[in-house]
Amino acid sequence: MSSTTANSSIEAGPKRRSFLVDVGVRLIREKPLGTIGGVIVLILLITGIFADFLAPFGMNEIHSDAFLSAPTSKYLLGADNLGRDLLSRIIFGARISVIVGLCATTISVIVSTFIGIMTGYLGGKVDLVVQRMVDAWMCFPGLIIMMVLITILGPGMWQVIIVLGLQYGIAGSRVVRGAVIGIKENVYVDAARAIGCSTPRILWQHILPNILAPIIILFTTRMPAVILVEASLSFLGFGIPPPAPSWGGMLSGAGRSYMFMAPWIAIWPGVALSIVVYGINMFGDAIRDIVDPRLRGGVGRYGTAKSRAAAAEK
Amino acid sequence: MAATTNNENVLEVKDLHTHFYVEDGEVRAVDGLTYSIRRGESLALVGESACGKSVSALSIMRLIPYPPGIIVSGEILFQGQDLLKVSESEMRHIRGNRIGMIFQEPMTSLNPVLTIERQLSESLELHRKLNKKDAKEESIKLLRLVGLPDAEKRVSDYPYQFSGGMQQRIMIAMALICNPDLLIADEPTTSVDVTVQAQLLELLDNLRSQFGTAILIITHNLGVVARYADRVNVMYAGRLVESAPTDVLYSKPQHPYTMGLLASVPRLDLPRNRKLSVIDGLPPNLARLPKGCNFCTRCTYSIDRCLEEKPPLEKVGEEHYSACFRSGELGK
Repeated sequence: MSSTTANSSIEAGPKRRSFLVDVGVRLIREKPLGTIGGVIVLILLITGIFADFLAPFGMNEIHSDAFLSAPTSKYLLGADNLGRDLLSRIIFGARISVIVGLCATTISVIVSTFIGIMTGYLGGKVDLVVQRMVDAWMCFPGLIIMMVLITILGPGMWQVIIVLGLQYGIAGSRVVRGAVIGIKENVYVDAARAIGCSTPRILWQHILPNILAPIIILFTTRMPAVILVEASLSFLGFGIPPPAPSWGGMLSGAGRSYMFMAPWIAIWPGVALSIVVYGINMFGDAIRDIVDPRLRGGVGRYGTAKSRAAAAEK
Repeated sequence: MAATTNNENVLEVKDLHTHFYVEDGEVRAVDGLTYSIRRGESLALVGESACGKSVSALSIMRLIPYPPGIIVSGEILFQGQDLLKVSESEMRHIRGNRIGMIFQEPMTSLNPVLTIERQLSESLELHRKLNKKDAKEESIKLLRLVGLPDAEKRVSDYPYQFSGGMQQRIMIAMALICNPDLLIADEPTTSVDVTVQAQLLELLDNLRSQFGTAILIITHNLGVVARYADRVNVMYAGRLVESAPTDVLYSKPQHPYTMGLLASVPRLDLPRNRKLSVIDGLPPNLARLPKGCNFCTRCTYSIDRCLEEKPPLEKVGEEHYSACFRSGELGK
């Protein structure tokens, strides 16, 4: 989609921007909350990527002068029970959250989309059999099934990612399936067949762009959930093995034991989690509203009616 | 006309039966339909709702949803090739390439999230293997041809940015872009207002004379038929009841159903306080068709024989066929 729009922007003059720039401009102009969310996501990404340069100390560096230290000018957010600088650990924790969040959510959305489109469009026996397997999977409490899987696979970040991706992917296939069932009844699917499209082409070219909105929603609601569940798993000892600084681990391990003596140990990772979850949700909502042409109102893709009239005069 | 094999015919439908298997039993949506369309001709298929018009069109495209629908028997010869015998992949190559189709509602038959450029160039990419740039140029050319102003700019707009009439023009462009031999227009003007209707029909007619595309217009609007069709097939309960050149059908209808239809059209040349005549009763349930003529329960002229056997389509004049035992005596 972006490539065609980019081509036309060259030919049609400056009025038409490339797709991504267009989304960016409209995000800032029309969705202030989404912009805040976007900034939070951006900060999270930058923090995760450049953690090595941003953190004042190493993530596992122990300072003997700082056991349970309250925030000071040296340790801006304080230190934990082992004398590790909390700011540094939160910055490195952002990296883990980014990696786990992005990878697991991507896997889950791909799994959901694949299962959902297949069962929704083909229907009949395929739908029946596959969806009963999904039912069976969803009958187990999520946390238990993930713990069992991690016990089998062994501890580690990638194991957590795969397990989270599968868990949310299979459950989320229902959302995609529902959307596909709604879309496939439309006349334009028949019209696509009437111009000679094959089934894979219809799925890829006609159905997928139409369910992008629920998929984006799925992605943006899953990502904070995944980050939270990773925290839960870490809390239970099935997540990212220590001493790696996962926010969930920080919140639950030392944070819980020293909650009254040194509340900052629990507060900062909690605050970080909340901000990130809020930011991703807002950003995702805004992007969904902008990308889906069906939700475009009077202020359409090419600006207001006024600006359009002005352009026509030229 | 109907039964003879002729190279002039683009499409010949022979004894087509399309049935739907639903809880009620077997619904004979199309029950022994036979007709043909000549090259460059425009043929109208007329009938009330649920008489099998659309199903017969979808049968030609082999787009009957299965289950519950299935083409039970018959032949659909498209330029001598039986469409019911070709493989699905060959059929895909015929759809959109050699047979185009326009659906009833333009608003719902365009994909809302794709630009019209994408939708127009799709069949070019599929059938002609054009690259993006050529496909775009071709799309713009077609859009100009169907009378879309400012085509170069608007080609990258989304369907919601067009009015209903414009959307239907785009649909026509989509159906004609590969220059098909046959265009099936399933109630192309039902959802637009009367002035736009006239424009669209005018456009279809121009394109027909320009490209020599045969057009099958499916409609229940007799006004549309009178102006733009060369020949008319009247359908009732899955069967053809009358087939004639348009002027003959209007001046000398032979079948009681056709007479009823024509009598129920409001006319300006008759007194304004005249009550519109109606055909009494309802069309029969297609799952439980009567033993005799499908129309006998509503027909004022029915005789005992009508209740016992189905009247075959018989020649009553030059290119004029009617399926009624009494056509000879009634049509005078």
